[in-house]
Amino acid sequence: MSTYFSMRDIVKTYRVGEEDQMVLRHINLDITEGEFLSILGPSGSGKSTMMNIIGCLDTPTSGDYILKDRNIGRLSQHELAQIRCHEIGFIFQQFQLLPRLDAMENVELPLIYAGIGRSERQQLARKMLIRVGLADRMHHYPNQLSGGQQQRVAIARALAANPTLLLADEPTGALDQSTGRQVMQLFHELNDEGRTVIMITHDLSIARHARRIVNILDGVLSEGVSEYD
Amino acid sequence: MIKARFSMFRENVRMSVTNILSNKMRTFLTILGIIIGVAAVIAMITTVSGVAGEITSQFAAMGTGKFSVSASGTQLRPGLTETDLKTLRGIPNVSGISVSMQNDVIARHGIEWSDEVTMEGRNTVYFLHNDNMIARGRGVSILDEEQRARVCLISTGLQEQLFYGHDPLGEQLFLDGHTFTIIGVLSDENDNDVMTQAMGNNDNEKIIVPYTTAMRMSRTAYIQNIEVYVEDTQQQEETIDRVKETLKRIYNGHDDDTYTVINMSVLMDSLNKITGMMTTMLAGIAGISLLVGGIGIMNMMLVSVTERTMEIGLRKALGAEPSMIQMQFLIEAFILSTLGGAIGAVLGVAVSVLLCNAMDITFVLSWSAIALGVGFSALVGLVFGWAPARKASALNPIDALRAA
Repeated sequence: MSTYFSMRDIVKTYRVGEEDQMVLRHINLDITEGEFLSILGPSGSGKSTMMNIIGCLDTPTSGDYILKDRNIGRLSQHELAQIRCHEIGFIFQQFQLLPRLDAMENVELPLIYAGIGRSERQQLARKMLIRVGLADRMHHYPNQLSGGQQQRVAIARALAANPTLLLADEPTGALDQSTGRQVMQLFHELNDEGRTVIMITHDLSIARHARRIVNILDGVLSEGVSEYD
Repeated sequence: MIKARFSMFRENVRMSVTNILSNKMRTFLTILGIIIGVAAVIAMITTVSGVAGEITSQFAAMGTGKFSVSASGTQLRPGLTETDLKTLRGIPNVSGISVSMQNDVIARHGIEWSDEVTMEGRNTVYFLHNDNMIARGRGVSILDEEQRARVCLISTGLQEQLFYGHDPLGEQLFLDGHTFTIIGVLSDENDNDVMTQAMGNNDNEKIIVPYTTAMRMSRTAYIQNIEVYVEDTQQQEETIDRVKETLKRIYNGHDDDTYTVINMSVLMDSLNKITGMMTTMLAGIAGISLLVGGIGIMNMMLVSVTERTMEIGLRKALGAEPSMIQMQFLIEAFILSTLGGAIGAVLGVAVSVLLCNAMDITFVLSWSAIALGVGFSALVGLVFGWAPARKASALNPIDALRAA
């Protein structure tokens, strides 16, 4: 298995008032292609910042983040947008579906930005919604769907542009246990297809679904589960 | 790639329309400023140009193809003589000269006496250019002029006063003790004579006699007021210059206060200039309301950007580039302002039709006013939509997502 990305000595500081606050402290992390990883940490530990950097939404203050042989810190806004568009599928805790678009249109969004034509886009979106088991909910609006269904629409959206990495931020945080398990089941299937899956959570029981767990606490990353709770 | 761009553009338009329609009340209030602005621009331009057109056409009827000369002359030469008139008539491009003399007389028929009425001395050229003046009978002929004939035309008012409805044609009329034969009755139409109009001398009570007769009666050899008709109106200016030269020669170089040439086309030019200035000024005032409307749109767009921070962040996470986000908001502002412009145009035309009807002016649909109004509002949308769109595109996706 080849390396998917590697982080070398990543530091991220935010300026809070007068002083710089170090959120990530010299993080080193290597991920191979097809891995299923959980990043476990309580709130304020820096795990959201990790996700933003992995997802190319933010760039590190210092250190190198090499994703598939590209040093993310040196890329332009345009190139970052291209990577987000084609390589990474985001899944958020609050689903982040656009309320005025129906399920299908929400799934089509990343395809619009990938520059795919209308008919092909609809075909792909339909395929993805069937894939997540929402064949009969394609033209429902988010407020007509349950939480689990909304998250599945969000997953279909994340998958639409056929990304190599699925990046999930507390994917079950807003779901009850059984729907959460269904979502986890879906993640396993996607991982079995060969997609790299990274999940950020504070919940150890959720984190255990992954094959590998790293732990983040006060901006320091360590392998395995630490005894923080 | 071009197909993809077009597809993106279409999606942007669709998303904007969805967003605009989802909040109809706010959309309406936002574009109200633009609607009022465009409607005001169109209504003002249309109405003012309608009024201006009306005035211009009235002036044109009064004063194209001729100009008037008022020659008070010197003490030795208090006016123009017959010989002078002949000289003036000889100037190239002069087609004819209409003469105007005015006296006050009292008319008598049988035992009926009139009040003091105006007696005008006129010639054939006058009737040639004012053929609508004669209701019945005939005008002054060349023979009448040459023979200083005692003939006259009377106004309808005078006819009613002195003849009680029986036919006055061929009847006798005594003017200051001289016997005249009535050859015609004047209509109630105003004549197109500039001087008469300018002096507001439009009462119905008047008598017209051959100017030669009038000159004899007032024992003068001089005429003060004439109207010069030109053949080719294009060369009116040159003709005026030649007439001025001739007049200067006639008065031996005395050209201060001896004669004045009043050119109606010059008056019309300045009139056009004034109405043009009025239109520009009013359009400018209306333009200010468009500007205010634009600020309204900017405000709404800024609110919209703030409200949709999460949406913007999400779109960016899904791979939207800043330029695409900017385009989306710019298109939205553009659609808003153009929509306002279109509604305003319809409203403006409706208001103009009502105003023109109320003022009894012919309504002319001014495409240029509509184009100006709608075009300017679209421009306002782009200009004032730019800053909010820029703000949206510059949002950091993380901050944007975190705000949710």
